[in-house]
Amino acid sequence: MALEFERIYAVWLREVKRFWNSKPRVLGSIGQPLFFLLALGFGIGSLVPGLNYAQFIIPGIIAMSLLFSSIFAGVSIIWDREFGFLKEMLVAPLSRTSIVLGRVLGGATAACFQGLIILAIGALLLGLPHASPQNVLLSVAFMLLISAGFVAVGIAIASLLQDVEAFQLIVNFVIFPLFFLSNSLFPTDKLPAWLAEITMLNPLSWGVGAMREMLVDGSYAGLPAALAVLAAFDAAAILVAGRLFDKTSI
Amino acid sequence: MAENGRRNEKQNKKQSEFESEFVVEARSLTKKFNGFTAVNAIDLSVRRGEVFGLLGPNGAGKSTTMYMLSTILAPSSGSAVINGFDAGREPIAVRRSIGMVFQDSTLDTNLTGFDNLDIHGRLYGMNGAERGKKITEVLELVELADWRGKLVKTYSGGMKRRLEIARGLLHTPTVLFLDEPTLGLDAQTRRHIWDYLRKLRAAGVTMILTTHYLEEADELCDRVAIIDHGEIKALGSPDELKRQAGETVVYLKTSGAQKQKQKLLAALKKKNFAANAIEGGVAVKCKSCENAIPALLRAADSQKIPVDAVEMRKPSLEDVFLSYTGRSLRDAGASGAEARRAAATARGFRHK
Repeated sequence: MALEFERIYAVWLREVKRFWNSKPRVLGSIGQPLFFLLALGFGIGSLVPGLNYAQFIIPGIIAMSLLFSSIFAGVSIIWDREFGFLKEMLVAPLSRTSIVLGRVLGGATAACFQGLIILAIGALLLGLPHASPQNVLLSVAFMLLISAGFVAVGIAIASLLQDVEAFQLIVNFVIFPLFFLSNSLFPTDKLPAWLAEITMLNPLSWGVGAMREMLVDGSYAGLPAALAVLAAFDAAAILVAGRLFDKTSI
Repeated sequence: MAENGRRNEKQNKKQSEFESEFVVEARSLTKKFNGFTAVNAIDLSVRRGEVFGLLGPNGAGKSTTMYMLSTILAPSSGSAVINGFDAGREPIAVRRSIGMVFQDSTLDTNLTGFDNLDIHGRLYGMNGAERGKKITEVLELVELADWRGKLVKTYSGGMKRRLEIARGLLHTPTVLFLDEPTLGLDAQTRRHIWDYLRKLRAAGVTMILTTHYLEEADELCDRVAIIDHGEIKALGSPDELKRQAGETVVYLKTSGAQKQKQKLLAALKKKNFAANAIEGGVAVKCKSCENAIPALLRAADSQKIPVDAVEMRKPSLEDVFLSYTGRSLRDAGASGAEARRAAATARGFRHK
């Protein structure tokens, strides 16, 4: 399987340009995580003893934003099918694999951009003790890893579903469980064992854990494990998405 | 490494051998959706530099044929060879050789005209300098140069279609496919688009277009294939087809029942008239119809069949279509069967 870098770049470029052209929508989509940040950070934060909840939650809210925008970016292939642009790509001389890879990278880039803004705002409003340039860069790397996997998940879902209305189902049955059954909003060490195990099966938890470790605790101990888990998740998700997308027709 | 060299040699040889007359060859091309046959063993050969038309009503199988020729849809059976490349075995090479202007809009409305063209150029492997030059060129051709920096969602329907034609040409394809290029456009815009297509034809671009507009097929095409219910009913230049439909055609309009029409047909055939049953009456081809009319009316009278009206005219493609399919192209799109066909085909696209 030859990697068509130029073609993948073209698909990536389209995603990024579209994202850049919809700045109002992007700014709007940052609003929701922001309110979560403020309400949970200051509001609930004042109730939680023994933990700086405001700082604890910043990586969790970043993850929420990443999850929503990544899955949406993948699923929006349905819109391309509805509005025809998918045909333009299918009739062009590039492999379906390239279409999937370009979309994954493009969606991840856009999601990370939003994640980075939330990180910046979180650091400014609520404070992040170890937000060094190095740690921020590493966090961006983890944001990319998280997003890439979930864009692929979105593409896989879109390849299975045929219509736009099902999108509501996706939000309820995919995004919500992924977000709430993770360590985004709460630490998992005091949870009942069965629940803790479920959250550890969730790739999102590993990404959030890594960012939290770096930015809040200033440690790197869990990073290699998190990297391995996310890399494996990404590889699997992209492979599955590729297979399913191969089978779809216009 | 050596193997690669040998393979390249073979491809190069194939390329230069392929300065053949026919750029597109389809043999027994067939497509079935869940037991429904949308395209039934179609044979087509399109010559380099010609404008080839597929004329037929909605649901005839035109778009399905285009999708198979452009490798988006795999045929159920049969083969298609475009520019020397087999669509089944070398789809990427086929796609590099063709440009496609789809029936529905396939532009990204959230990008500018320039960006739509730029991304297209990149997808087709054009380098930066090439892209810049060709983008300016095609935008000039379709007179959209002033709109290159504006988002496509601000374009009118006609402008979008012009941009899609520009995009289809950007990478200098060997064949340009156009699926209903003027569908849904007003008469003036339609004529403008025809002008662009004539310019392309003069420049030697090979084009295959599908349409259900007779005028379009008549004005633009070197050869036309009349397609109905997934089959090619007739093939030839517009003039040839019209000549085949007879020097002149006389229409006997009758509201008589089917049985009566059959009786009339039998009677006319006995008198050596070339007659066909059509919707609303009978069509008769004749050399000098003025002299034939009295005889026709007498034949109808002798069978006690009431003739409501008589019309005589030089055949148009409408008449050609009528004589081969028994239906008027204008009315054909409205029939229930057609609508069901079109719906089945559309659904078929989703559940490969």
